[in-house]
Amino acid sequence: MNALETKSVIKTYQSDSGVISAVDDVSLNVASGEFVALVGPSGSGKTTMLSILAALLKPTSGQVLIDGVDLSSLDDFQRVNMRREKIGFTFQANNLVPYLSAVENVELMLRLNNKLDKAGKLRARELLARLGLGERLNNYPGQMSGGQQQRVAIARALIHNPSLVLADEPTASLDTERAYQVVETFASLIHEQNRAGIMVTHDLRMCEFVDRVLIMEDGKLTKILKDRADIRKLSSARN
Amino acid sequence: MKKMSIAAYLAVKEIWKFRGRFLLVSLVIGLITLLVLFIAALGEGLGNGNREYLSKLDGELIVYQAKSDFLIPASRLDLNRFSEIKNVEGISDVGLLGTANSQLLLSGDDNFLKTALLGVEPGHVGEPKVIEGSQLSAADADEVILDRNVILRSNIQLGDTITIRVTQGTEDQVFTLKVVGITDGQQYALQPSLFVPFFTWDRIRPKSQAEINFSDPVANVFIVKVDQPENVEIIRDRIEEKIENVETATRKEAIQALPGYSAQQSTLNTQGGFTLFIGILVIGGFFQIQVLQKISQIGVLKAIGSANSVVAWASIIQITLITMIGVAIGAGLTFLFSLFFPPQVPIVFNGTTTAIAIIALLLIGPLGGLVSIRYAVRIEPLKALGLSS
Ligand SMILES: Nc1ncnc2c1ncn2[C@@H]1O[C@H](COP(=O)(O)OP(=O)(O)O)[C@@H](O)[C@H]1O
Ligand SMILES: [Mg+2]
Repeated sequence: MNALETKSVIKTYQSDSGVISAVDDVSLNVASGEFVALVGPSGSGKTTMLSILAALLKPTSGQVLIDGVDLSSLDDFQRVNMRREKIGFTFQANNLVPYLSAVENVELMLRLNNKLDKAGKLRARELLARLGLGERLNNYPGQMSGGQQQRVAIARALIHNPSLVLADEPTASLDTERAYQVVETFASLIHEQNRAGIMVTHDLRMCEFVDRVLIMEDGKLTKILKDRADIRKLSSARN
Repeated sequence: MKKMSIAAYLAVKEIWKFRGRFLLVSLVIGLITLLVLFIAALGEGLGNGNREYLSKLDGELIVYQAKSDFLIPASRLDLNRFSEIKNVEGISDVGLLGTANSQLLLSGDDNFLKTALLGVEPGHVGEPKVIEGSQLSAADADEVILDRNVILRSNIQLGDTITIRVTQGTEDQVFTLKVVGITDGQQYALQPSLFVPFFTWDRIRPKSQAEINFSDPVANVFIVKVDQPENVEIIRDRIEEKIENVETATRKEAIQALPGYSAQQSTLNTQGGFTLFIGILVIGGFFQIQVLQKISQIGVLKAIGSANSVVAWASIIQITLITMIGVAIGAGLTFLFSLFFPPQVPIVFNGTTTAIAIIALLLIGPLGGLVSIRYAVRIEPLKALGLSS
């Protein structure tokens, strides 16, 4: 069974100039242990698609299944539970709760799931150490660089053993070197822990670390690159 | 329960991390508390200074001259009516009361204390009980019972002879009186009181030229103690029916009718109310600005799976804590300040009034925060992705 499956997802918006199809008939699968990039030009529907996968936005039509559960069958309360238990998130900016330290931000996910025990605390620290933040456990977001904050967010997205990990532009505020480091660690954790990962990015170079690249244009899924050679060609092209 | 504990955790963590900012709001609430408590204490003190003697009276009814609007100084009752009222059935005691002002001379040049000079009947209702010394002995003795507020503001003692100065006709006159007793607080018309026997009072009170020549003593009001307090209204009707040209008031009505009393109390209550209202606006403004700055952060909390109730409770707990800290600071400041207030400032901290003020102050937080809590609950988790639906 795929961790994530969508069938003919459509999201339209009504505007003055007519109907906008932000997402237009997208069907895709992501398996556990697979790290996928969602790329495309600005306005192509990536963020909209991610919001739908995150159970934050309801599609106009079509189905989204997470671990086989159809999101449209859930009420608001169950959708909150789904996000908390089955999904891990990193956002483009302002990811972290500013008044919690790095380790507290990660633990928050366990706290919310009522799973913060000794073992959980230990895992949070190990995960942060793994992401190179062993010395920064008690730092607050305001005391960390963008890259460090992004890595804390990655730890938070993984700590509660979600089925699906969604990352919106995780490298947007990072310099190239940092960006490579962050995505590389992210990819290896997704693979090790056997999660299904989707990363939205406009930076094609980051595709070097993913297993598949989904390319969106005008709301449509126009191309899927699976072959390593094709992916490498895409990621090394100048953009 | 679990949601509550997460909410409390988030609320406390945030307060602690940004304690400087939150302390500032608490301090503002503390100052508002200080102001509200002082206004309440001033209201209590001024009110008390005005009504203290009347409110401690052992009688239930005050008899005035008809059409005097329950104004004690405007009422004149002669002694004929006094003998008539004694015969009204159901009355256990009745006493005369004459009110005037006098200057109590203190040692030092032209040093004096303004006092209320009250004429009462020894052994009858209206004469306050002494806590030290003895009651007045005879209807025309040169004796005086002092309100303890006189003692607090002078170095006069039991057994001393005091001198008072009044104006009679066009002349200043001085009289000496022996201090035979001291009562608890018995202020009248915002002044400490001197209680003298009624006929002594009639002799030494301030008089116009006409009054000097007119020798029949006249009281301002009679104070009536009834046999059975539950029959007050019946007795009241009976007095007004049997005695010509009088009107009666209960103690409460008499207090309300004291010159300026109601106006003063309602002015102070309005001031207190306004201060509370300003408090609501300050707290409301602060938390509203705060929530506007936290939109994406609250969006993230919701996106990663915090229930709306967690966000709402975190706000409520936070606002309540900040208000409580502020009120505690304010109460502490009030206590400190009250230690340094001179006795002339009429400030009285009454338990009930203070408790009501504190409860009102604790409510301004949640009331002020209502809008921001509502706003926080309505923030969409999509905001975490920089989107709106
Ligand atoms: N709330 C909305 N109302 C109207 N149009 C929207 C809304 N959200 C997104 N769109 C439109 O949908 C399209 C896809 O947007 P988006 O998903 O943000 O693209 P991307 O993330 O790839 O840049 C754009 O044309 C955008 O203008
Ligand atoms: Mg986008």
